Amino acid sequence: MSHAVIELSNISYAFPDRDNTLDGLSFHLHEGEKLGLFGPNGAGKSTMLHILMGLITPDEGQVTLFGAPMTDAKAFEAARLRIGFLFQHSDDQLFCPTVLDDVAFGPLNQGLSAEDATERAAEALQTVGLAGFEDRIPHRLSGGEKKLAALATVLAMKPEVLVLDEPTTGLSPEAKARLAEILKGLNMARLVVSHDMDFLSDTADRLLAMRDGKIRPGELKPHSHTHVHEEGDMPHEH
Amino acid sequence: MAFSDSPFATGDSFMHRTDPRVRLVCGLAVTVPAALLTDSQAAWLALAFSLLLVKMARLNLVRVLNRLAVVNVFIAFLWLFLPFSLPGYPLWSIGPLNLTQEGVDLALLITVKSNAIVLSLMALLGTIPVQDLGPALQQLKMPDKLCHILLFTYRYIFVIHKEYVTMRQAMRARGFRPRTNRHTYRSYAWLVGMLLVRSWDRAERVGEAMRCRGFRGRFYSLARFDARTGDYAFLALCLLFSAFVVYLGFIRKGAL
Repeated sequence: MSHAVIELSNISYAFPDRDNTLDGLSFHLHEGEKLGLFGPNGAGKSTMLHILMGLITPDEGQVTLFGAPMTDAKAFEAARLRIGFLFQHSDDQLFCPTVLDDVAFGPLNQGLSAEDATERAAEALQTVGLAGFEDRIPHRLSGGEKKLAALATVLAMKPEVLVLDEPTTGLSPEAKARLAEILKGLNMARLVVSHDMDFLSDTADRLLAMRDGKIRPGELKPHSHTHVHEEGDMPHEH
Repeated sequence: MAFSDSPFATGDSFMHRTDPRVRLVCGLAVTVPAALLTDSQAAWLALAFSLLLVKMARLNLVRVLNRLAVVNVFIAFLWLFLPFSLPGYPLWSIGPLNLTQEGVDLALLITVKSNAIVLSLMALLGTIPVQDLGPALQQLKMPDKLCHILLFTYRYIFVIHKEYVTMRQAMRARGFRPRTNRHTYRSYAWLVGMLLVRSWDRAERVGEAMRCRGFRGRFYSLARFDARTGDYAFLALCLLFSAFVVYLGFIRKGAL
């Protein structure tokens, strides 16, 4: 078995004044694994991700990243540089005056020179299909372009793991399909958290479900649905 | 969109090619003495120099005049009151009101100075793209916090404005019509309060996203500025002019 890159054990966390809590949650992600985490809104998915990035300190439990126990803020600082975390809202992630500045921000923080960072940025933009967007203004991009630009900002850091928080929020079906295509082309381990079942089954090899503050193995059983679409009475294939 | 996005920042003139750091220093050197002037001769000279700067930046004249018009609306109010409220040699009387030479002179001085300063800033600072402004200020050893505030204000003012517009539309959709009453004031207060709360939440999320990408309180910029001979010549020109204005407006009159 390969090593666990992310490991949460017995995490408990309660928000003051709110009832969605994590209650003895455990889970691990192995090298090269593509994991999907499904859960209804308010199940604590985002909270779990913030705990694993060290943005929230859990009441109980242990976070282990790349085999090292995360005991203090310093340990998290180093580990974060190896995890690409895509936020739910791209406007929170893209904060620079130009796309290039934004994509180069991470590599510059990693200590790369301006030339190397620019090269990394160009490479990452190429990967997500936004080559030539360097001088564009982030807030003027479309929702789908913003999401891809945000993905480029984390890919430019050459992460060993990708963590995506509700990546399909607000995306058109076309943008969703494009994002899924790009993800399928990346071979680092990833954790996709979403309530969009179609997207998850498209981009993950294994599914887990989150309920009542715990994680359970998800079940994929073949079953059929009736569905409605235009010209449904014509013979067609899916 | 209600916010104009820097219209002068793009262009291909001598001014646009000048090192942004030089333009910032020149902006300071030219406008501070102009703002303090009390001498009309020096003020007219400053106006002439500002026109030269605008010419060097090859700005779109219609846009320049549009912006000047906004400034001069405020100055127009001065012309309503100042010429009548300063004691001095009466030029014209209407009832108890005296139009005085001193009043007219002062209003004219303020008009000339204001226009000179606005024109200079348009040509010198308005031509710096925002992505260069932060790094340029940082390299001039301005406090990091000020540079960060500038950068984030520019980036998020559009997002906050969009939130404001969305909330206004939601209010209108529920039949809200602004009137002069308690309900209107209270609703506006809630709107502003909600904008503040949302901005605060967003600031936290942006900060978290930055930390996730390894931010530790300092920006490393891609911008590389390179001051060449032309830049130094321009800097020298602005400093010389500034010195001349100081001489004309202050030293010659014995004010310094």
